[in-house]
Amino acid sequence: MKIENAIEVNDVSMCFNLSREKVDSIKEYIIKAIKHQLFYEEFWALNDVSFEVRKGDSVGLVGMNGSGKSTMLKIIAGVLKPTKGSVETAGTIAPMIELGAGFDHDLTARENIFLNGALIGYPREMLEDRFNNIISFAGLERFVDVPIKNFSSGMLARLGFSIATIVDADILIIDEILSVGDYQFQNKCKKRIREMMDRNTTVLFVSHSIEQVKEICKKAIWIDQGHIRMMGEAEEVCDAYEDPNEKVK
Amino acid sequence: MSLLSVFVKYRNLISQLVARDIKTKYRRSILGLLWTVLNPLLMMTVLSIVFSYFFSRYGNIDNFPVYLLCGQVIFNFFNESTSIAMGSIVHSGELIKKVYVPKYLFPITKVMSCSVNLLASMIALVIVMAVTRARVTPTVLLAVLPLFYVLMFSTGVSLFLSAVAVSFRDLMHLYSVITTAWMYLTPVIYPMEILDKAPEWVKLIVNLNPMTAFIKIFRCVVLEGVTAPAILHVQSIFWCAVALAIGSLVFRKAQDNFILKI
Ligand SMILES: Nc1ncnc2c1ncn2[C@@H]1O[C@H](COP(=O)(O)OP(=O)(O)OP(=O)(O)O)[C@@H](O)[C@H]1O
Ligand SMILES: [Mg+2]
Repeated sequence: MKIENAIEVNDVSMCFNLSREKVDSIKEYIIKAIKHQLFYEEFWALNDVSFEVRKGDSVGLVGMNGSGKSTMLKIIAGVLKPTKGSVETAGTIAPMIELGAGFDHDLTARENIFLNGALIGYPREMLEDRFNNIISFAGLERFVDVPIKNFSSGMLARLGFSIATIVDADILIIDEILSVGDYQFQNKCKKRIREMMDRNTTVLFVSHSIEQVKEICKKAIWIDQGHIRMMGEAEEVCDAYEDPNEKVK
Repeated sequence: MSLLSVFVKYRNLISQLVARDIKTKYRRSILGLLWTVLNPLLMMTVLSIVFSYFFSRYGNIDNFPVYLLCGQVIFNFFNESTSIAMGSIVHSGELIKKVYVPKYLFPITKVMSCSVNLLASMIALVIVMAVTRARVTPTVLLAVLPLFYVLMFSTGVSLFLSAVAVSFRDLMHLYSVITTAWMYLTPVIYPMEILDKAPEWVKLIVNLNPMTAFIKIFRCVVLEGVTAPAILHVQSIFWCAVALAIGSLVFRKAQDNFILKI
């Protein structure tokens, strides 16, 4: 891995099984096996994707629904293992991929801060020290001891973002987290992301709001049905992606 | 990464997961930890009254309450830890979907939190030994060995079950049937002499049963005050090695697909 890179994605392909029903019991398995109904329908969500991200860069991923953006981010975060190819990353990763993932919904916000923080790998003392910062940034002072199953999706996003960004990770991964926040929280988040970028954090950003991508990212990658369609300066890629003539195709 | 460095790196997560289990377990009952001590005591009392009468014709088991409790404590730990650990991957989907963590931490922390219960039930054993004025000899210290064996064996079985349960959810219901049968094939309640008239294959199963070896060693050192025959230790170590090898192999092969199935 090159020293100036934070992320290297080498020929990554990801294959899912799209069979109609999931067979997840012995009973079903035997019945299906007898009837010869154990289908495996391959679906390649990513095809030979390669790119590099330099340390301190901010890269936006754009593309239609189902084009493979979240899949790519999950592979980079190490949650998914690619069917082919490999990914290398340098340093710690603060991932915000799915709303509410990484939380135990029966526990309170307070307990989840410690659980989620531990999951990301933050030490307990640090979480205790910065507990009040986390709560106040998320603006959830009144809900500290409420089980998070009673939270709205925006509140969950606030909490997740606040925990993950309480210290500077080397790589920050944000998948549509901002889209559920209100404008006030979005501004707060953008400000924090910029501060982290100034301190050399690498940012990977997915959003369906092209304005946000242009605003936050220097570079962008357009993923189209699992292939890289275009890669380059954020403005250019976003303009091409938004070009109405392109979309009709 | 080596096992040790994983444990050091994730020590915060491990203590969180164990603490969460213990908290959720005791939050619901007012008696809390006391219940963990009382439960085996009550069970033991009832079973002692009934079975010491039934089994009296197989000669006298001296101190039946301690005999029984020794078996119960070991078998219950195995039963509880493996049954709970089995669902650990299936139920931690929300946690696994977010960041990379070594997934074996989930079944292993379940076994760890059940070990806390095991220690609590040791209190019950001490109480019964005191009340029945059982003879305490220095061999009691050797009790750590069978406890270690059952811990390792349960860990291996838990790794295997938690991985397999992701693909076959109904195994979780089936498992209680398996452990019930398993208990009857382990001398938990009955004395070994009861098997004298049993068919050969039953004797064979009971004697090959890893739980039988752990419980026999435990009774030797706690109840009889003698060191256990070496063959029992050989048998125990063999079963622990088999369980850990198969468990970690199956788990390792299956773990990359967990995320696609939960
Ligand atoms: N666990 C899975 N099993 C089967 N197919 C999957 C799985 N996860 C994703 N897919 C498929 O992979 C494709 C890419 O999904 P992905 O979530 O990466 O899209 P996306 O670009 O993030 O879309 P969106 O903009 O809607 O978030 C989709 O067609 C989806 O059906
Ligand atoms: Mg997505």
